Amino acid sequence: MSDLSASGMFVPSQTVGTVLCCICGVAMPPNPANMCVGCLRSRVDITEGLTRHAAVVHCPECRSYLQPPRTWLRGLEPESKELLAFCLRRLRLPLRRVRLVHAEFIWTEPHSKRLRLRLRVQAEALHGAILEQSHLVELTVHDRLCDACSRSQANPDQWSAAVQLRQHVSHRRTFFYLEQLILRHSAAARALRIGETDHGLDFFFGSRSHALKFVDFITGVVPVRSRSDKQLVSHDPKSNLYNYKHTFSVEICPVCREDLICLPPKLANALGNLGPLVLCTKVTNSIALLDPFTLRSAFLDANQYWRAPFKALLTGRQLVEYIVLDVEVESAEVSVGGFRYMLAHAQVARVADFGKNDTMFTIKTHLGHLLTPGDYALGYDLYAANSNDFEIEQHKGLILPEALLVRKSYQEKRTKNRGKARSWKLKSLNMDVDTTAKGRADEEKRNTEYEEFLRDLEENPEMRFNISLYRNKEYQPSEMASTADGEDVPTIPLEELLADLDLSEDEESEETDNMKE
Amino acid sequence: MATRIQFENSCEVGVFSKLTNAYCLVAIGGSENFYSVFEAELADVIPVVKTSIGGTRIIGRLCAGNKKGLLLPHTTTDQELQHLRNSLPDQVVVQRIDERLSALGNCISCNDHGDVIKRYETSLETEELIADVLGVEVFRQTVAGNILVGSYCAFSNRGGLVHPHTSIEDLDELSTLLQVPLVAGTVNRGSEVIAAGMTVNDWTAFCGSDTTATELSVIESVFKLREAQPSSIVDEMRKSLIDSCV
Repeated sequence: MSDLSASGMFVPSQTVGTVLCCICGVAMPPNPANMCVGCLRSRVDITEGLTRHAAVVHCPECRSYLQPPRTWLRGLEPESKELLAFCLRRLRLPLRRVRLVHAEFIWTEPHSKRLRLRLRVQAEALHGAILEQSHLVELTVHDRLCDACSRSQANPDQWSAAVQLRQHVSHRRTFFYLEQLILRHSAAARALRIGETDHGLDFFFGSRSHALKFVDFITGVVPVRSRSDKQLVSHDPKSNLYNYKHTFSVEICPVCREDLICLPPKLANALGNLGPLVLCTKVTNSIALLDPFTLRSAFLDANQYWRAPFKALLTGRQLVEYIVLDVEVESAEVSVGGFRYMLAHAQVARVADFGKNDTMFTIKTHLGHLLTPGDYALGYDLYAANSNDFEIEQHKGLILPEALLVRKSYQEKRTKNRGKARSWKLKSLNMDVDTTAKGRADEEKRNTEYEEFLRDLEENPEMRFNISLYRNKEYQPSEMASTADGEDVPTIPLEELLADLDLSEDEESEETDNMKE
Repeated sequence: MATRIQFENSCEVGVFSKLTNAYCLVAIGGSENFYSVFEAELADVIPVVKTSIGGTRIIGRLCAGNKKGLLLPHTTTDQELQHLRNSLPDQVVVQRIDERLSALGNCISCNDHGDVIKRYETSLETEELIADVLGVEVFRQTVAGNILVGSYCAFSNRGGLVHPHTSIEDLDELSTLLQVPLVAGTVNRGSEVIAAGMTVNDWTAFCGSDTTATELSVIESVFKLREAQPSSIVDEMRKSLIDSCV
């Protein structure tokens, strides 16, 4: 029609006339049934056959609803959209015949154990005339404990699968990082209990599938080797029922970021004569290795690693601080695996030696773009190291450098604001830690390691890419500090922090917190 | 008077009968009921003829006619044609036409006064033939956007009923062309196919038995059936003749 009028053709206007309703004779605009709405409604009831009463099963303990046959749906708040969708599914409306236009809850007292819905449905009445009608439904809520709740009520600490996560290294850095990843993805939400042990963590789950899911998650983030075992607890041979306890032993590879590695000759050959002295730059589900003298890199996935496992020659705890005396750039800046490096020759001296003797080393480093004379850097002191590594002896004619710089150090600058609170904080898993057995020394070591981990996070944007940082409410930035050391120490920009929702606070502060900073 | 009838449990009486001012055609049914209703109403005025067209019973939809003539589709057999020629009054011209659209009743709707509405696709020769046989003027029209005008309207010399969705503008246009009052309405409890649900001439109408009292009263008032009797027309004419004489 509009096309015709647009082309300039005359289109006569069409006024809808009136006809008499064929039953009661009232004048009305014509419709497909040619009956007025009142007559149509009195003749046809489109809600005929729709259910008016139904029952839903609700677990009062975990507030979940039963989706037959045996799925329990959690998180259905009263009067929420999700609950409405659930109720409508339970009604099984004949959606081929009627069309649901609108649905809403009618408020009912919670103790009445009733959910009342008001629906508006449309259906074809006569000769294609569509009729809309409202329809009230009452659902009765039956309370019944769900399987998980009834089991936990019987024995709250009953686990049937345990995941033993282990890494045989002297520090806890990996676990601090994993803790954050697990929190971020709420991978251990189903865990009944989490315990800390030597060199690792234990996770206890109510069912094997939850444990398997968790193991899958861990496999996706770090290179691991895992095996599973099961122990028969009880069995009923008449009905062929077996009750097992499953244990998953998951071992994380002992190589960490910034470790110095001497590759076994076979592996070095397989990687195209890489190294053999390499730095581990990154550990995800694969290990990234970098040769600091040639800037070549290689990735090892978990399979490759566990086929020929190796250990670190020197680890992050053995880093020594150097002072850079002179830097001479050798090549242009290159980008390797997302990191930028620049080969350079540097003259360095140990900070410990500084002012005592004239020991200096001229070394090759991959940090040419970061270092300037006078900077501090952390590196491995191979000159003083007494390495009795088996791999080194296998390489004939290998000349070890005297020092190998790993990263720039901000130690000096950071001493100024030591002991001050950070503007951000991390969440932590609810773990059972046995503090009495190991004593104070272990706790102190733990605290320093945690502090180191936090510092690592500040210096490494890539590391905090995967984890959630929260704004620390207690932190008050002082003007003194901000003017004194603004320039060099890496900190975390405010945009990366998440506001933590804390319902115990009063309303005013909550409002400001809810905004993402 | 309008009468409510059924043809073998079907309310579409316009399909099985054809009523004009000069004759009435009725389909050959299983029982005599349908025929006898027409017979009782019309027998002393006009001939009621039982016939089939092309061997079928849907005669109302296949033929078109008024008191001057009757158009039959090309499917009509010679025997049927002969039977109709014998049965109908001599002044009625019975003509079989060679038109592709054989359901003439669905395409053509007419009364006696030279008013025909005709479907668009019928050919020019047919149009001439219609004008000659039925003695009418031919207009090409639609009713409420439908090209099957013969199905969606029914009219006599005194009034007409059209499809309920017809707009007021269309209604005005049609009634100026036809020179009779028209109204939009329904038969058979809301059915829109008017001509299938009823058949009408100047003094009587037959509707399907589903037709409600409201619809019946609309039909009676628009076709002016209450005061209409076969004799009343003559009376009226006589009155006016006398008037003019005096």
